[in-house]
Amino acid sequence: MSETNETHEASSEEEERAPKRVIGTPPQVQSHDLLPSEGDGGEGSGYKLDPVKARKAERAAAFFFFLTFVAGIAFIVFYAVWPGHVGNDDIVRAMHSNYALGTSLTVIFLGMAVGMTIWVRHLMTTKEIIQERHELASPAEDRQVFNEYFLQGAEESGITKRPLLRRSLLLASAPLGLLPILLLRDLGPLPKTKLRHTSWKKGTRLVVDGTGQPLKPSDFNSPGGIITVIPEGAEDNLDELAKATVLLINVPEDQLKVKKGRENWNVGGIIAYSKICTHVGCPAALYEQTTHHILCPCHQSTFDALDGAKVIFGPAARPLPQLPLGVDSEGYLIAMSDFHEPVGPSFWERGRPKA
Amino acid sequence: MTTQAPPKAVDGAIGFLDERFGTAGFLRGKMKKVFPDHWSFMLGEIALYSFIILLATGTFLTLWFKPSMSEVVYNGHYTKLYGVHMSEAYNSTLRISFDVRGGLLMRQIHHWAAVLFVASLTVHMLRVFFTGAYRKPREVNWLIGLGLFTLALLEGLFGYSLPDDLLSGTGLRITQGVMQSIPLVGTYLFYFAFGGDFPGHDFIPRLYTVHVLLIPGILLALVGAHFMILWHQGHTQFPGKNRAEKNVIGKPFYPVFMIKAGAFFMFTFAVIALLGTFAQINPIWLFGPYTPDAITAGSQPDYYMGFLEGALRIMPNWETNLWGHTVSWNVLVPALVPLGLIMTGAALWPFIEQWATGDKRIHHIADRPRNAPFRTAVGMTAVTFYGLLWLAGGNDVIADKFHVSLYATTWFFRVAVFVGPAIAYFVTKRICLGLQNKDADILHHGVESGVIMRLPSGEFIEVHEPARDEDKAVLTGKVPLPELAIEDEDENGIPSPSARGPLGKLRKNLNQAFTADDVPVNGHDEGHDDTGPHAEEDLQPGGVEPGGTGGSRAISHH
Repeated sequence: MSETNETHEASSEEEERAPKRVIGTPPQVQSHDLLPSEGDGGEGSGYKLDPVKARKAERAAAFFFFLTFVAGIAFIVFYAVWPGHVGNDDIVRAMHSNYALGTSLTVIFLGMAVGMTIWVRHLMTTKEIIQERHELASPAEDRQVFNEYFLQGAEESGITKRPLLRRSLLLASAPLGLLPILLLRDLGPLPKTKLRHTSWKKGTRLVVDGTGQPLKPSDFNSPGGIITVIPEGAEDNLDELAKATVLLINVPEDQLKVKKGRENWNVGGIIAYSKICTHVGCPAALYEQTTHHILCPCHQSTFDALDGAKVIFGPAARPLPQLPLGVDSEGYLIAMSDFHEPVGPSFWERGRPKA
Repeated sequence: MTTQAPPKAVDGAIGFLDERFGTAGFLRGKMKKVFPDHWSFMLGEIALYSFIILLATGTFLTLWFKPSMSEVVYNGHYTKLYGVHMSEAYNSTLRISFDVRGGLLMRQIHHWAAVLFVASLTVHMLRVFFTGAYRKPREVNWLIGLGLFTLALLEGLFGYSLPDDLLSGTGLRITQGVMQSIPLVGTYLFYFAFGGDFPGHDFIPRLYTVHVLLIPGILLALVGAHFMILWHQGHTQFPGKNRAEKNVIGKPFYPVFMIKAGAFFMFTFAVIALLGTFAQINPIWLFGPYTPDAITAGSQPDYYMGFLEGALRIMPNWETNLWGHTVSWNVLVPALVPLGLIMTGAALWPFIEQWATGDKRIHHIADRPRNAPFRTAVGMTAVTFYGLLWLAGGNDVIADKFHVSLYATTWFFRVAVFVGPAIAYFVTKRICLGLQNKDADILHHGVESGVIMRLPSGEFIEVHEPARDEDKAVLTGKVPLPELAIEDEDENGIPSPSARGPLGKLRKNLNQAFTADDVPVNGHDEGHDDTGPHAEEDLQPGGVEPGGTGGSRAISHH
């Protein structure tokens, strides 16, 4: 690179002229105390520093570098000697450790930063320079020579006049592009019909999420009550919980708008909906007792528990699927079948049971 | 230059390298390379330094983090979770936080650095856009920048998803739900990515490899390319005295810029360390381990995912069911359209601008945003669109804090994402043109001097003075767009074929958008002198001196 540097000469006229100001801007500085002054233009010189001020600036910079040194020592001491980093008193020790190490780390970098800034601003004598930009494009001659070489090389290699060579090479490389994609095939199984089924089936007991206790309708008889239940045996299976988790809600039976074909899906006003939001799969966990609305906290889809969990607001397009409920011979709440439709977010093949 | 040799150690090292690589010749031109100065040029630097901090702290975290979804029982020092079943990923993150000295600090610094990385990238990109610094010859670096930004978003999302806490698990669930809704291949993508059902056992380990190896590797390569191109092409500078397309004014790399950049790195690190010390971020121990059946209200992603979250929230619940196939517009549109619009638009913009304006010139002088009203207005349109979506991502928080109905908030944003950007467009354009008029006014009439003069007639006037040379140079630095070389009509009034088709019409309309209402600044300000009171004829009461007479003192009434 051949860049020409020339020293930027400020015209003397400019120096002498009375400072002008644009309204709304602060006035120009009168004193140049803070700025390095012009040098005498001697050999290789930049700005000439006022020795007194330079000495002061140097001390200031040195002070901050020293501060960094002290903070560095403090960090080491805190880390190696201080015993209070961990312990069985909740997070207080972690917090104190964080303060001690973090503060010293901050001071380390801050001292360095301030010291360097003082150095650059008050001790460097380098002047502004004007540098010419070099042309980015190559000279026409280079382009021409390149073109010649290119065509000559192609000619010599024979690729232009031997189509069989050219085409068979293309053919040879075609499958290569597919291999990496092919190799990813075993990343996972095919979905098949797994998205349409959960582990609920006829007779599966509803157990309380967290305790694993089965429920009787009498255990859950307060109207307006809501509880999260899961299929018995799925307690530790996150994959299953992601699909089969159910909201059990006790709604006033007289207000329940029972859908056709779902007449016997509730047990005395106890009704079960999938907790997995039909939007993008968050647990629709909020329930407003007075309005019987189920709300998903992620994107605020709102479902009406009295009306087949129909969507009343928000981005979800479909009601929460309902789980048919029954009571087994011992009086515990059970599912009467799996959900009759896929739970959770929509997918392309959703409407094709056989796909 | 003197012929003195540097100290022995340096001389020896340079000698060693030079004899093998020709280092001195290589560095000779580089040492004095000039970097122009402006505060806004430091935004990209913040991104670079955050990235370095991310690499360093991230490496530290990998030493303890276990990317596994196997279940373990917690028995560390955080008593509230003692005995809780959790994944090894969550367990090891708790251990980093509470049992590794400095672990919590490094985790918080890592997270804050990520936030600052994306934030500084965003602001840096806005600076580049609004000043037209993406124009020829810098289009490729603009595209690389967009790639960096997109990858940074992804990297951030993957990073905060790794600890497998309740909040991040919910984020993954949403990601999975979106993936599943993709037409045709969605369920397959989902099953391949997760190795089966959600959440499965494969995803976190896979995410980990992508987060610590694949994406950082690409980011590093792109950052390298970005800087090599920057170095090779040189940085843009703003218009100013003595500044021209052919030159660059500033202090040389060695020693000034080097130490300045070093200081700025230290400042960046200090600020991030300060945040990591005192500003708690992502306290995963409060969220608990992820289970797909639990959630907390007010779940919010990291800020940079907020606009996608907002789009998901305000999208109406449209879904199409045809021939047994479901297309979830309610998920697809918000997931793809806002980001797609902004990123595709940004990627195409330099080329659209070149095509519409016919401006194929090399630009090393950055535009002042006001001097490109259409670009600035379009940019603000995008910013407003993004900002409203981002706010919509907190519609529940807004509804809660301001005691308004959640539904009303949602409906407000449904309307505002369309109306707001339109308003922003017109307001911005007007502001730009107003500022252009002000600039022209300053050039033609000078600036208010604050000196009140009483005329013989008793009238008071304020004396205007010509602007300083420095200010004038900035104002006259505006480069007019070239005349577009498509001929509308030939001599017989027949539109030319290139202008007749839909593309030609589009080009013409776009060109009009770029050039309409522009206020020219040139040709009015030659050869003034500027001190002392002026000749009597200038002091005529009752009128503003027209700008054409260059150099005379303009007077306005007050």
